[in-house]
Amino acid sequence: MGEEFYFYTKTLSVGYHGVPLVENIEIGLKKGQILTLIGPNGAGKTTILQSIIRQLEPLKGAVFLDGKELGRISAGELARRISVVFTERIRPEMMSCRQVVETGRYPYTGRFGILSDRDHRVVRESMELVKVSEIAEEAFEKISDGQRQRVMLARALSQEPELIVLDEPTSFLDIRHKLEFLSVLQRLSREKGLSVVLSLHELDLAERISDRIACIRGDRIDRTGTPEEIFTPGYIRELYGIVAGDYDERTGTAELPKQEGAPQVFVIGGNGTGTPVYRRLQRQGIPFTTGILWENDLDYPAARLLAAEVVGERAFCRVRTEAIRRAKELMKGCREVICTLKAETGGDFYPELLELIEYARANCVFH
Amino acid sequence: MENKTYRYGMFLILFLLTAVLVAVSLYVGSVRVPLEEIVSLLLKDGGDGVYKDIVMEIRFPRALAAAMLGGSLALSGYLLQAFFHNPIAGPFILGISSGAKLAVALVLVLSLKKALQPGFAGMIGAAFLGAMLSMGFVILMSKVVDKMSMLIVSGIMIGYICSAVTDFLVTFAEDEQIVNLHNWSMGSFSGLGWEHVAVIFLVVFPAFLGVFLMSKPISAYELGELYAQNLGLNIRKFRFWLVVLSSLLSACVTAFAGPVSFVGIAAPHLVRRLLGTARPILMIPACFLGGAVFCLLCDLLARTLLAPAELSISTVTAMFGAPAVIYILVQRKGKF
Repeated sequence: MGEEFYFYTKTLSVGYHGVPLVENIEIGLKKGQILTLIGPNGAGKTTILQSIIRQLEPLKGAVFLDGKELGRISAGELARRISVVFTERIRPEMMSCRQVVETGRYPYTGRFGILSDRDHRVVRESMELVKVSEIAEEAFEKISDGQRQRVMLARALSQEPELIVLDEPTSFLDIRHKLEFLSVLQRLSREKGLSVVLSLHELDLAERISDRIACIRGDRIDRTGTPEEIFTPGYIRELYGIVAGDYDERTGTAELPKQEGAPQVFVIGGNGTGTPVYRRLQRQGIPFTTGILWENDLDYPAARLLAAEVVGERAFCRVRTEAIRRAKELMKGCREVICTLKAETGGDFYPELLELIEYARANCVFH
Repeated sequence: MENKTYRYGMFLILFLLTAVLVAVSLYVGSVRVPLEEIVSLLLKDGGDGVYKDIVMEIRFPRALAAAMLGGSLALSGYLLQAFFHNPIAGPFILGISSGAKLAVALVLVLSLKKALQPGFAGMIGAAFLGAMLSMGFVILMSKVVDKMSMLIVSGIMIGYICSAVTDFLVTFAEDEQIVNLHNWSMGSFSGLGWEHVAVIFLVVFPAFLGVFLMSKPISAYELGELYAQNLGLNIRKFRFWLVVLSSLLSACVTAFAGPVSFVGIAAPHLVRRLLGTARPILMIPACFLGGAVFCLLCDLLARTLLAPAELSISTVTAMFGAPAVIYILVQRKGKF
């Protein structure tokens, strides 16, 4: 890790009571970038985050901020440069949301913590940025988890940090607020050059928001790089040691394990119409086969993970006769064929698919 | 912003209440002193000798001591609540008062044996040591038990142990001083004179200032250690001073008045309700005043309810304080 990074670690080892949990960590990011830590539960994401905010002493190595080692930066200066949003639930008594946000001004106020006009302005702006101004006067204990998380972000922003560190900030948010929360981070990093280090459980979101991703596996950082470099086929299964179900890196979707046993149903699907049926069959415990699907079909990722066999065809290629033969063979072995395509209406339909449908109608129980 | 006037009003009311209660304490008692006598005593420094002794040498210093010690207890409780993030922490319930009591009893009994009179410094020093020992034990327990309620239970146990040993000491101490020792170990403001008031002031006032100077760190600490540290607070130093100041405040009370129950929990709670805020910079002075009012009132009742006999102060404070604790528990639906 060199000087081009605003924030980086050098041969950092972290852990508790002298026992290393993750060793030889080398991660870094430039100003205005977003770095995400992913990895299984208990891998040490939180421990790493605690170590880079100096909550935990590193066991080995060092953390550098703006070219300076973290240990050489005074507590007050550090507070003006790094702020945090952690999962630790705070229970301040009788504090309004605004008062919680105001605590972010602590490193800037005098002995008695009296806020100046500028402090009040920063607090107001931070609240507007994450859209919590309308609940400013409400009691912090009374608001919802989603609102609370946004107030905590406003609090961290009012600290006017250069780097913000967040531990699983989206875990308790619904999908709308997850997206809103991350888009605020993205905007701040783009517009204000705020650097962000966070841990996420949502891989699809991690892929979308991160400039860089670091994968923690066992006692080391297994991979770091851009999302394109990280999400290669099969990697997530390996990183998390997925044994039940699977993850499709290209679409960012997870599926439950495919049903074992002799296929009972053949699905003629495609264009996204098959996926809901695949999932229903999986829920009902019915093994199935499907086809013919081009590899670039919307249904292909789910089919690959859920079907006992997919009669596939390479993207943008004509259907080979072996594929048709194989599909017919599979249909014969099934008690039922489900067709989710509305083929009859179109005149320009692939003749091979029409042939399959005709075959099914003639020889199988057809829906 | 609109309730700023309300808060100033509350401060004014607490001030006035303190003053009024001190005045009432001068008037009320087993000996009836005419009102005009008191006024002339206060204004013209004249008056009848007996009345003068009763009002100026007994009732007045006692009221002032009760006010200052009550404030100290409330403040000590407030600090402990901040330290443990626990609204029902207090010097009495956590066994800190009892630790101080045991240390003081030990010093008293030992010095009585050698016909010595321990000075105020010795008494406060012993109480402080005892308080710190109990506090240390509670802090150790807080690392073992992770439930707030369990911490309180272990504090109560420490209190019982210390009280048992104190009773043992008191029972075996020979001497006519036993009666005195016995009264003191039950908790009472009686017998406090001007020399006590002076010493109490010299201890409590600097401690109060110290606590007031910590109002900003206390507000950061409310968010929990992680956030407080991220805000630049030196947790270790902060915790050290918090422990020292709260122990000193409750030790001072115990040295002079024995253990006094529940003020440390009830007063901060009532004051917080009254102010409608928990901002330390307001809570600290308000707690002190609230504790003063609470103790003045309880001492008045202790003196008058069964006059000429006196109730122990803890009997009265418990009557008001224990329901306050129950109220807090109900209000939080047992969430600790």
